[in-house]
Amino acid sequence: MSDKIINVPTADGDPYSASRETTEGTVYTVGGQDWDDITAALGETAEERIVVNMGPQHPSTHGVLRLILELDGETVTECRLGIGYLHTGIEKNCEYRNWTQGVTFVTRMDYLAPLFNEYAYVRGVERLLGIEDEVPERANVIRVMLMELNRISSHLVAVATGGMELGALTAMTFGFRERELILDIFEMITGLRMNHAYFRPGGVAQDLPPGAVDRVRDLLKLLPERLSDTEKLLIGNKIWMERTVGVGYLDLTGCMALGVTGPILRATGLPHDLRKSQPYAGYEQYEFDVVTETTCDAYGRFLIRMTEMKESLKIVEQCLDKLQPGPVMIEDRKIAWPAQLALGGDGLGNSLDHIKHIMGQSMEALIHHFKLVTEGFRVPPGQVYSAIESPRGELGVHLVSDGGTRPYRVHFRDPSFNNLQAAPAMSEGSMVADVIAAIASIDPVMGGVDR
Amino acid sequence: MSELDRSLPETQPPVAPAEAETVDVRHGMFGAQGSGDTSGYGRLVRPVQLPGATPRPYGGWFDDVADTLERALGEGGDLGYGDAVERVVVDRGELTFHVRRASLVTVMQALRDDPSLRFEMCMGVSGAHYPTETGRELHAVYPLMSVTHNRRVRVEVTCPDGDPHIPSIVSVYPGNDWHERETWDFFGIVFDGHPGLTRIEMPDDWPGHPQRKDYPLGGIPVEYKGAQIPPPDERRSYN
Repeated sequence: MSDKIINVPTADGDPYSASRETTEGTVYTVGGQDWDDITAALGETAEERIVVNMGPQHPSTHGVLRLILELDGETVTECRLGIGYLHTGIEKNCEYRNWTQGVTFVTRMDYLAPLFNEYAYVRGVERLLGIEDEVPERANVIRVMLMELNRISSHLVAVATGGMELGALTAMTFGFRERELILDIFEMITGLRMNHAYFRPGGVAQDLPPGAVDRVRDLLKLLPERLSDTEKLLIGNKIWMERTVGVGYLDLTGCMALGVTGPILRATGLPHDLRKSQPYAGYEQYEFDVVTETTCDAYGRFLIRMTEMKESLKIVEQCLDKLQPGPVMIEDRKIAWPAQLALGGDGLGNSLDHIKHIMGQSMEALIHHFKLVTEGFRVPPGQVYSAIESPRGELGVHLVSDGGTRPYRVHFRDPSFNNLQAAPAMSEGSMVADVIAAIASIDPVMGGVDR
Repeated sequence: MSELDRSLPETQPPVAPAEAETVDVRHGMFGAQGSGDTSGYGRLVRPVQLPGATPRPYGGWFDDVADTLERALGEGGDLGYGDAVERVVVDRGELTFHVRRASLVTVMQALRDDPSLRFEMCMGVSGAHYPTETGRELHAVYPLMSVTHNRRVRVEVTCPDGDPHIPSIVSVYPGNDWHERETWDFFGIVFDGHPGLTRIEMPDDWPGHPQRKDYPLGGIPVEYKGAQIPPPDERRSYN
C-alpha cells in the first residue's frame, strides 16, 4: 500500500468526492451524481482505468452481491466478487437442533428453491438412517411434484429478474405473476408460500389437502399458455438477443474446471442432469428430456430455462397420474413424526384427534410423542453426501452424524456459491452492461451463496 | 451414461466394530455437568465411533477405482498408494479415501487425470471439527464426481489443530477456490498454495472460526410465559 495518501478535494469542494494519490495511481471516491467530476478529473490524465464498486445494494446485482469492476473506458478488465452479506450461520444453527428441525433451517438457504434444500437434506438424513427405500411411494411422488413446481417457479424468477436487469420489465411482471400461481399451490399444500419445512425425514409433513390435485391440474392447463406468452415476448426478440447472444460465454472446459453445473453446463451441450444420471426420489420412472443448447452463452441458458419449465410440467402431469392413496410418512414409528397436522381456529397445528389421543387416552402415546418431539431420533454415526439437481445445478449436502439426536455437521454445497466463481471468466473483457447479463444468466441466489 | 451403481455385492463384509474410529466418548445424558447425578443417567458411557477402515473387497466398482488409483500412484515408497492412502472406508454405499495431507495434490491429480478414474469435478470442500480426536482435529472432506463414468468418491484429509495446514488443490480443481476460502473462514484450515486465502463469508477482521465446535453459537436468553429460556447452545441436550 502507499505510504502517503493525499486527499485532494475536487473542484466543487465536495468532501465525499475526494481523490487521493496511491502507488497505483490516483484514487477517486465518488458517489452517485459525481460522474461529471470524475470525468472532468480524468480528462486531465492519460490513464482511464477505474475501479467501480457495484453493489452490494444495487438492483441489478441479483441480491446483495458486490461486484468490484476494474474498467478501461467501458470495458471490464477485471471483475471480482464480494459475498457474505447474507451469511446467517444456518449450518452452525443446524448443529443445535434435532434432525427434523434442521429442515426448517435449510429451507431458508436458497429461498427461491426451498423444497430442493429440504429434499437434499432430508435425503441425506434418510441415507444416514438407511431408510431411503422405505419412504412411501406417495411421499416421493408428492416430493417430486412439488420439486418440479418449485423448479418452474425458480426458473420463472430467473427469467423475470434477468429480464428486469436487462430492461425487459414485462418479462418481470409476467414471471412474477406466473410464479404467484405456483406459490398459491404451495401455500395450499404446505401452508406457506416459501420456507415450507414440508419435507420431513421419512416422508412429508402431511398429506395433500382436498382439492390440491384439481388446483395442480388447473395450473397445468393455464401455465403452458402463460409460458408461451413469455416465449413470444423474448425468444427471437431483437433487443433481448442483442443483450444475451454471445454474452457471458463459458464453454465446457471452463465449466468443468470451475465445477459449474446446471443450465450453464447444459448450455455447453453436455446433457448432465442428476435426475437422469443419478436418479433419486423415483425420477427414473418419469419421462422427460434433458434440455441442452450449444451456444455457451446467456441466451442459451435462457432457452434452457424456458424449455426446462415445460419438461417440469410434463413431470408434474405424470406425478398426478402416479398419485395413489397411501401413507405419506414412513412406517417406522421411531422415526415418523407422531402427529398429523390439521387446520384449527388458531392456524395449522397438531390435529385435535391426536391431542385427544395423547392427552386423554394413552399414556404411552404421550410418552412417544414427547420423546420424538423433544429428543428426536438418533442417527447412526457416519457421513453422507447427497446431491440433487436443483434449478441452479448440483445441490450437495454433506451430513455428518455422531450418533446423536442432532447433526454433527451440515454443509451445503450450493450451486450458486460455486457458479458465481465463473462470473469473472464470463465477463472480463466485455462491456459493463454485459456483466449484468452474465450474472443474471448464472442466476445466483444470495441466500444460498452465503447461507 | 450408466446408472450410478449403488448396489454392493453380497461379498461386502460388515464393518468390524474393532475397526471403528472412536472420535469421542460421551458421559451421562442431557449434557448436565458439575452437579450430582440427579437424572440417574450419569454413568452412561457412549463412545462416538465413525465407520472404520473397510477390508477388501470393497464391492462393485469401488475396487476398480482403488486398483486404478493404486496403479496410478505406484506401490509403496514416497507418495505411493500405501503411503498416501491411510485407509479406505465404504459406508452407506459411498467410498471414502482417507489421504495423508502430504499426498493430497498427487492423489487429486491422479483422480482427475487417469482415464479410468476421470473425476473431472470436485464439488468443493467441507470441513468438520472433532476437538477430542487428538492430532486429527480438523477434517477436510472433498466430494468428487466423474461425469464420464458417473461415479462419486470422497477424499478426506485431516490435520492437527496445532498445525492446521492442508495443501490447496486449486491448481488441480480451480473451482475449489471459494470453497477453500470458506473452509478457512469457518474452520481455520490453512490451504497452503491457495492464490488468495482470505475470509469469504465473515468480515475480513472477524476473530475466530465460527464452525469450530469450541466457538459458541451465541444468542441471548428469551422470556416465554414468565420462564427464561437460555440460548440454544446453552440448553440441555441429549448427548
